[in-house]
Amino acid sequence: MLDDFTTRALLAGIGLAVATGPLGSFVVWRRMAYFGDATAHAAILGVALALAFQLPLALGVLGVALAMALTVSTLAAKGWAMDTTLGVLAHSALAFGLVAISFVPGVRTDLSAYLFGDILVVSRGDLALIWGGAALVLALLVWRWQALLTATLSEELAHAAGLNPNRERLVLTVALALVVAVALKVVGALLIAAMLIIPAAAARALARTPEAMAALATGIGGLAAFLGLRLSLWQDTDAGPSIVASAAVIFALAAVAGQLRRG
Amino acid sequence: MPGVQGRRMTPLIAADHVCVRFGGAEVLHEVSLAVKPGEIVTILGPNGSGKSTLIRALLGLVPLAHGTVSRAEGLRLGYVPQKLAVDRSMPLTVRRFLSLPTRVSDAAAAAALARVGVEDIGQRQMAALSGGQFQRVLLARALLSEPQLLILDEPTQGLDQPGEAAFYQLIETVRHQTGAAVLMVSHDLHVVMAASDRVICLNGHVCCEGTPRVVSNAPEYRALFGLGTRGALALYQHEHDHAHDHDHGHGHDHAHPHHHEHSHAG
Ligand SMILES: Nc1ncnc2c1ncn2[C@@H]1O[C@H](COP(=O)(O)OP(=O)(O)OP(=O)(O)O)[C@@H](O)[C@H]1O
Ligand SMILES: [Mg+2]
Repeated sequence: MLDDFTTRALLAGIGLAVATGPLGSFVVWRRMAYFGDATAHAAILGVALALAFQLPLALGVLGVALAMALTVSTLAAKGWAMDTTLGVLAHSALAFGLVAISFVPGVRTDLSAYLFGDILVVSRGDLALIWGGAALVLALLVWRWQALLTATLSEELAHAAGLNPNRERLVLTVALALVVAVALKVVGALLIAAMLIIPAAAARALARTPEAMAALATGIGGLAAFLGLRLSLWQDTDAGPSIVASAAVIFALAAVAGQLRRG
Repeated sequence: MPGVQGRRMTPLIAADHVCVRFGGAEVLHEVSLAVKPGEIVTILGPNGSGKSTLIRALLGLVPLAHGTVSRAEGLRLGYVPQKLAVDRSMPLTVRRFLSLPTRVSDAAAAAALARVGVEDIGQRQMAALSGGQFQRVLLARALLSEPQLLILDEPTQGLDQPGEAAFYQLIETVRHQTGAAVLMVSHDLHVVMAASDRVICLNGHVCCEGTPRVVSNAPEYRALFGLGTRGALALYQHEHDHAHDHDHGHGHDHAHPHHHEHSHAG
């Protein structure tokens, strides 16, 4: 069954959705959209470093994404003007990554694979990596779920209940870096943040509890992967952008449905 | 344990000469206070006098520039903050909110809501509650942890008049039933006076402190709340021109009516 590349692609997309559903919900609740961008864009620099030093790709991406995510969350905790700082970091991470990658011979040609993903050539090994990473992220979030929700709602309430909001923030930071490493192959660096935000935002319109929103976001992410792959095979469009476009259409429908239901 | 007086009972939470600075500005200066088991203590003071900052310092939410905060081992506390914005991006029913961070049974949640007089709103969204409902839900959540100490920062904001009276009644009942101590911030002089064992009048430092009767007659208090009579205002200003650094170490007596407990009966 795994011999079929479309099956592997679909499984990769669903694996990603398992992680991006709940994590994306936190990104939406905490208004971390730009944070996701900065971390995801740093992935390109990770690719360049991994290629230059002949390290496993996922390792380079994970390392650089983690460094970027930690930098950003440290700056945020110190009260930097986040909007501007994140904008600077997100775009310069991408620019430096693209500059660095042009020094690596022979990569320029498949640069678009790193920018927009290459889900149709996912190997069994990639699939194991994606599902392993996604399972790790999910386990991390489930383990800290109550504390994460409380800290997201109010750091004060969390602190008064004996929790440490900084530790919960670190959990999310690590999870984000993991998701970036996992998602690079599926949707590419430019669209990782989209996969975090759009399904969660679509789920928001329909959900009444945080758990329902996270679960719905996963379902919507999986559906978007399915529809996007269909579109890609049928019209020969790029798979990554097709998946994100499908998610965006679902978002529009969910927003309308949410409005109607609320009357 | 030095069993000198009953008032030496180990406090649940205590601040000792706490100073808090934001940037250059000193918001709290040499504030000491202690809450003992079963006590209802109210902090009074005008806007910006540092009441919330003091509470947050007690909870460890703001760094201390000086001084210490200590709490009893394993203290269970319930906290109702002055502000809590529930972002609309998070769908959250009242019922789900009550289970954060510790999950509670449906029966316990329903009982807590009934206790604060909002039994029917379990399935409503937090972001859609009225101010008064929201405040009651916050209290219900604080009560669910069976606290030894309830810390309430302006808990009656947004409550209607009967709601407010009922609220203080409820605080009394809770104290009576569970023996919980209560530390609360309020602006509302008269109701508070009736409901508290002890009142602390704060304006960057502790201006005066004592039973409601003592404090309500203290010139510092009257001046702070514009009730000045008998030249109290002049006395107050004189008082505040002084640096309040004479809590310890000096044997000599001050002419200022600074350290409460002696009534300014009139
Ligand atoms: N995080 C902060 N950064 C800088 N200044 C602050 C901060 N929090 C409070 N302040 C300042 O400290 C002072 C005391 O604020 P605080 O919130 O403790 O007052 P309050 O007595 O609770 O007032 P209110 O009755 O309006 O609630 C104010 O001047 C306020 O501007
Ligand atoms: Mg306040």
